[in-house]
Amino acid sequence: MKTLPPVDVVIIGGGWTGLLMAKELGTRTSLSIAVLERGKPRETADYSATMDELDYAIRLHMMQDPAQETVTFRHNPTQRALPLRDHGSFLPGTGVGGAGEHWNGQFPRFLPDCFELLSKTTERYGAKRLPADHAIEDWGVTYDELEPHYTRAEVLLGISGKAGNIRGKKIEGGNIFEGWRSAEYPTPPIKMPYFSAMYRDAAKTLGYHPYPYPAATLSEPYTNPDGISRTACFYCGFCDRFGCMVGAKGQPTNVLLPVIQTRKSVSIRTASWVRRIVHEKAGSGHKARGVTYVDATGEEVFQPAELVFLATWTLNNTRLLLLSGIGEPYNSETGKGMVGRNLTHQVCFPGAITFFEKPLNRFMGSGAAGMCVSDFDGDSFDHSELPFLRGGNLLAYSFGYKPMTSFGVVPQTVKARWGSEWKKAAIDAYDRTASVVFIGEHLAYKGNYMDLDPTYKDHLGDPLLRLTIDWRDNERKMAKFVTPKAVELARAMGAKDITPFSGLGSYDATRYQTTHVQGGTIMGSSPERSVLNPYLQHWQTPNLFVLGASAFPQNASANPTPTLLALAYRAVDAIVDRYLKNPAALA
Amino acid sequence: MRRRDFLTLSAASIGGALVYSLDRKAFRLSAQAGPSIRIPLRFFSEAEALIVAAAASRIFPSDEMGPGAQEAGVAIYIDRQLAGPWGRDRHRYTQEPFDEGVPPEFGYQGKANPQQIYRSALKDLKGFDRLAPAEQDQKLRQIESTLFFSLLRRNTIEGMFCDPMHGGNVDMIGWQLIGFPGPRMSNYADVDKHYGEAFRPKPASLRQVTGDNNVRPSEDEA
Repeated sequence: MKTLPPVDVVIIGGGWTGLLMAKELGTRTSLSIAVLERGKPRETADYSATMDELDYAIRLHMMQDPAQETVTFRHNPTQRALPLRDHGSFLPGTGVGGAGEHWNGQFPRFLPDCFELLSKTTERYGAKRLPADHAIEDWGVTYDELEPHYTRAEVLLGISGKAGNIRGKKIEGGNIFEGWRSAEYPTPPIKMPYFSAMYRDAAKTLGYHPYPYPAATLSEPYTNPDGISRTACFYCGFCDRFGCMVGAKGQPTNVLLPVIQTRKSVSIRTASWVRRIVHEKAGSGHKARGVTYVDATGEEVFQPAELVFLATWTLNNTRLLLLSGIGEPYNSETGKGMVGRNLTHQVCFPGAITFFEKPLNRFMGSGAAGMCVSDFDGDSFDHSELPFLRGGNLLAYSFGYKPMTSFGVVPQTVKARWGSEWKKAAIDAYDRTASVVFIGEHLAYKGNYMDLDPTYKDHLGDPLLRLTIDWRDNERKMAKFVTPKAVELARAMGAKDITPFSGLGSYDATRYQTTHVQGGTIMGSSPERSVLNPYLQHWQTPNLFVLGASAFPQNASANPTPTLLALAYRAVDAIVDRYLKNPAALA
Repeated sequence: MRRRDFLTLSAASIGGALVYSLDRKAFRLSAQAGPSIRIPLRFFSEAEALIVAAAASRIFPSDEMGPGAQEAGVAIYIDRQLAGPWGRDRHRYTQEPFDEGVPPEFGYQGKANPQQIYRSALKDLKGFDRLAPAEQDQKLRQIESTLFFSLLRRNTIEGMFCDPMHGGNVDMIGWQLIGFPGPRMSNYADVDKHYGEAFRPKPASLRQVTGDNNVRPSEDEA
């Protein structure tokens, strides 16, 4: 195998965290940096002719190609896992910018107690209230430590929103349940389309505290501290599964890439498929020596590096550690081994499908346009008498709906699914239906985890990642509790017909839910219970850092991007201030 | 290479502009004149295309609510999709072992690609296009739970509402039917107005919006 000239830093993956690290290290140090991205090069200008629902929202042109690599799935270890032959419950991106290009741009922080979930929940309700097979952990970092980095991430993207808690002062109109923030959002909230505005008014009449969801789709033109200027959102509605054609949605190619491109020390190599992180024994631990990858010509090469960042989309971080033999694979029977444990998703369903008399004009919107009610999030309400822990958010989004993916929803009284009766009902309902959506917390369990599949391989012959995941009673009871709240909100909005959520059964890997999958390389304060230390540094391999939501010990109801950016900011400070002066364990 | 087949349609039967009466009855003004047009088929034989067109028209009929699969050219859309990467499973994970009899929670695990699923199902529907509508409905009800039918239903909806460059939604007739304006670049001035009132900008296709006639649909890729 050919050995390439060494670089100081190799970054695997050119998405949010990989490019943030490249930008920070590229501007704050003189290190030579190679970003290895297995997809294609990409720029905002590429998106001018991509507003095509079929090719992008249905044929999923921005996503990883399942023909090359997918995952296998089962509900429990007694089942044989089978591959997701098409994309299913989540949509991993590919190409420069990764999933950060096709995201919706919602930008909520996690609640403070999410970072100390095990200790805070035990403290308030006692250890007996934790589910018997839970694997809940504290993160080894607190909200207070992370707050400045959340703020940096919001300033980077110019997030549009309304604060509900500035240094402890509660502010009506913002999220009064959120953790303290040091400052107001960089830009005011975005415009509210009709459905979301109706929801806001209805929620207020019920005594809830609705607020505009924080958005990376800008409400007004914004220039960030790097001098990157972006325009205000046009509300065209082509966010989810699309790149933003005007650059109003913050995405790695418009906030990070232009800065990186000014640095000669950083190179981005596309069509570079990393297969292994090469490592050797060093003292009591290990040292990463670099990576092997298949390059654009199809040749496998070795790239030596002093410092390795594993920054692929969540699941692939775990897979690359397992393929590389770094750390002990998790064993669900003995509980030994850390790599692959704590797989979580997000509990996401339409709590109430609503049908209105009046048209909603719902082709207009943005991926982050929505009003949120957080009155049932986290521990914002007392669980002493409730049969479950934690909660989530009830939202009325106005994504900007498109017909191929949304036509055909009819009231439950209509039984036909084709023919004239169905057609009439579906046309009548087309612009008169939308959902009050619940997005809730998914706890970690010992039986939800990842390992390598014994049967199925990717296009290069490497084993696929196998997911073992199912819902538990906590999620099902939470769903049962919030569904009537969603229906109550829908009724207060004046819906003439409502279809309540029928209940959470088994985890459905074939239905798209959210792309927010977490865990596998979790962080924590002890090497006995985590893969990474609180600076995302591998406990046994100090020159390896793992970035992204794979570090989250469990899902925290809200969407992951702000938190994974904040954690990466915190890590890069520790690397620049301490690690580069003394390359050793940071914790 | 096999002899190229054509789907022959009466020009007046596809596309057109919709106008609505006060009681929301849709009237279609046909745009094309002339007796018939011959559309070269990329995947189907003529006989297969006629069956698909007939079946799609029962799923999304032309009726007093307005035009359906016939006017939108759904069969043309499906023909092109099947001939393209999707029909050949180019982006599906197709490594063995396959598994035909698994619970639905695992999704479709079989080996056959959409081309094969269509072709084999259409063999069993010989003569379908010559049946009376009630008999056609009865036939479709018998296969309602098959993978083929679920593909056909999904593809029919796609063909009704896709960008016209994909072969369906001729003259944006599907978009006219539901009031979807297409890829409208800016709603900035309207997004927080028109509350409770229908706001229906005139539909425009991607090529019209971008002024770029070279936008290529994915089914045309090799």
